[in-house]
Amino acid sequence: MSNYKLRLYITGHTTQAERAIANLKRICAEELQGRYEMEVIDLVEDPEEGERQRIVVTPTLIKQLPPPLRRIIGDLSDKQRVLSGLDVLPAFRDDEDTSRDEIDASGEASGDDS
Amino acid sequence: MNKETMLTIEKLPSGVPGLDIVTDGGLPQGRTTLISGTAGSGKTILAAQFLVEGVKKFGESGVFITFEESAADIRRNVASLGWDIEAFEAAGKWTFVDAAPQPGEPVVETGDYDLGALIVRIELAVQRVGATRVALDSLGAIFNQFQNASIIRNELFRLAVALKQMGVTAVMTAERDDEYGRIARHGVEEFVADNVIVLRNVLETEKRRRTVEVLKFRGTTHQKGEYPFTVMPDEGIVVIPLSAIKLKQRSSNVRISSGNTELDAMCGGGFFRDSIILLSGATGCGKTLMTTEFIAGGVSRGERCLLLAFEESRHQLMRNASGWGRDFEAYEQAGLLEIIATYPETCGLEDHLIAIKHAIERFNPNRVAVDSLSALERMASVKGFREFVIGLTSFIKDREIAGLFTVTTDTLLGGESVTDGHISTITDSIILLRYVEMLGEMKRGLTVLKMRGSPHNKDIREFSIDGTGMHIGRAFRSISGILAGHPQHVPPRELERMEALFQDTPGT
Repeated sequence: MSNYKLRLYITGHTTQAERAIANLKRICAEELQGRYEMEVIDLVEDPEEGERQRIVVTPTLIKQLPPPLRRIIGDLSDKQRVLSGLDVLPAFRDDEDTSRDEIDASGEASGDDS
Repeated sequence: MNKETMLTIEKLPSGVPGLDIVTDGGLPQGRTTLISGTAGSGKTILAAQFLVEGVKKFGESGVFITFEESAADIRRNVASLGWDIEAFEAAGKWTFVDAAPQPGEPVVETGDYDLGALIVRIELAVQRVGATRVALDSLGAIFNQFQNASIIRNELFRLAVALKQMGVTAVMTAERDDEYGRIARHGVEEFVADNVIVLRNVLETEKRRRTVEVLKFRGTTHQKGEYPFTVMPDEGIVVIPLSAIKLKQRSSNVRISSGNTELDAMCGGGFFRDSIILLSGATGCGKTLMTTEFIAGGVSRGERCLLLAFEESRHQLMRNASGWGRDFEAYEQAGLLEIIATYPETCGLEDHLIAIKHAIERFNPNRVAVDSLSALERMASVKGFREFVIGLTSFIKDREIAGLFTVTTDTLLGGESVTDGHISTITDSIILLRYVEMLGEMKRGLTVLKMRGSPHNKDIREFSIDGTGMHIGRAFRSISGILAGHPQHVPPRELERMEALFQDTPGT
């Protein structure tokens, strides 16, 4: 079982940042149960880290492990894209679009609906 | 108009040679100026130079934000301009914010994002080196890096506001598609900058012509129109602010010798010390000789002379001079003469102008001779040539030294060259050398056509050339139509014959 090491970079706790954190938590809980490590770094508090990692936009999610390193930007509201960006094979779904709508709209876990 | 624009806007001198004249003192301080241009128009160079000159001339630090090339690439690219960015970085005067895409790291977009991280990094960098100048290169590359153009557009606006809050003076580069079309791609100018400078690189009669234009400076003044510039090795961009040059030269009543006693007499006692003299004539009729005498006249009085030759080599010039009894080699050894002989085709006119200016600044001559301007004329468009001549004459006049330019007429007899028509109004004195066909013989004639601020002899005088130089003799009394190119022998009327009887007849 591979371990995912994820770092989410934000600049201040804006609504956009909070949305990204919530989306990431949800996706991890649904798809990577127990197989991930997640850290949120606020660049307002640690701008040096932003320079080191050459972050340009926030939120940026960096998958440090397993290789290859991946960068995912945005508020992570598109679950399918997040999962493919993380190289996680998503669970089979009949209708891919619904997952995104459900996360956006209500924030409810939607894994079992389809 | 809001309250802020009512206040006077300070200018920050860019330090880029010539640009501060075109911008009436520099870039608007504490604001962002957009530098827009087509590919290869010099945007990145100007952006980098804005920081370089800040470090070199004003001790101001700068932050360079790159969206396209890596910091290493930029360091390498500008090294050819003599800028050692690494040394600036080591001295804590320069820092990069590298926002270029990481090779081999595809970015996945999943929803909304902002440029918050970039702004935080810029703030950090500005703080770290105490920067007052910021350059962003280029906006187009940000749009290429991210898919959501409307987010980027809004975020750039936020970035411009953030830069303003940091109190830095910034430049941003942007791409445009046509030299005379929209200001920039993506419509960026509407939200990022109150100030726009356009760089152009236009193909004009087979020659590349680079110009800079200040399109707008909100709330403050600037010079209007396009000004030529060139990119010099070891210097970067040099703007040539021709029409912005003010006619502020003082004029002197001090006379200097033309090197020829008879000609001095014709000019009412010699040329003025700070005048521009145009010497026009057909090929082989004595222009180089008069140039030689002009130099010899200066050297014999201990003046420093600079000879810029575009038609003949050093060696040829020295041989010519010795044929007329003038020893250029000895003048050079005495440190009073410098000969610079170059082919006109070696570089563009703008580059020639800068090179000439540098030579004048370095050698600090009292006299400058250019032999010939006509050789340079074929290098550029009519407009470009005129600008060159204005730039050169104003520079020479500014230094209050004498300039002698030769121009070659196209026709053997009479005639006016294109050059004459273009620049005769700028010059103080015009001397014409003409062939005169008289009774089956080719003679040479000379006249002082114009001598600003002084009476002068208006005769057309015959002159001869021998091993000691030029000898001006008597006037052509019985010939008319010399300048028109159709000399006609006029049988002297009785009165004139009488007059001639009482004139002394110097040997010719």
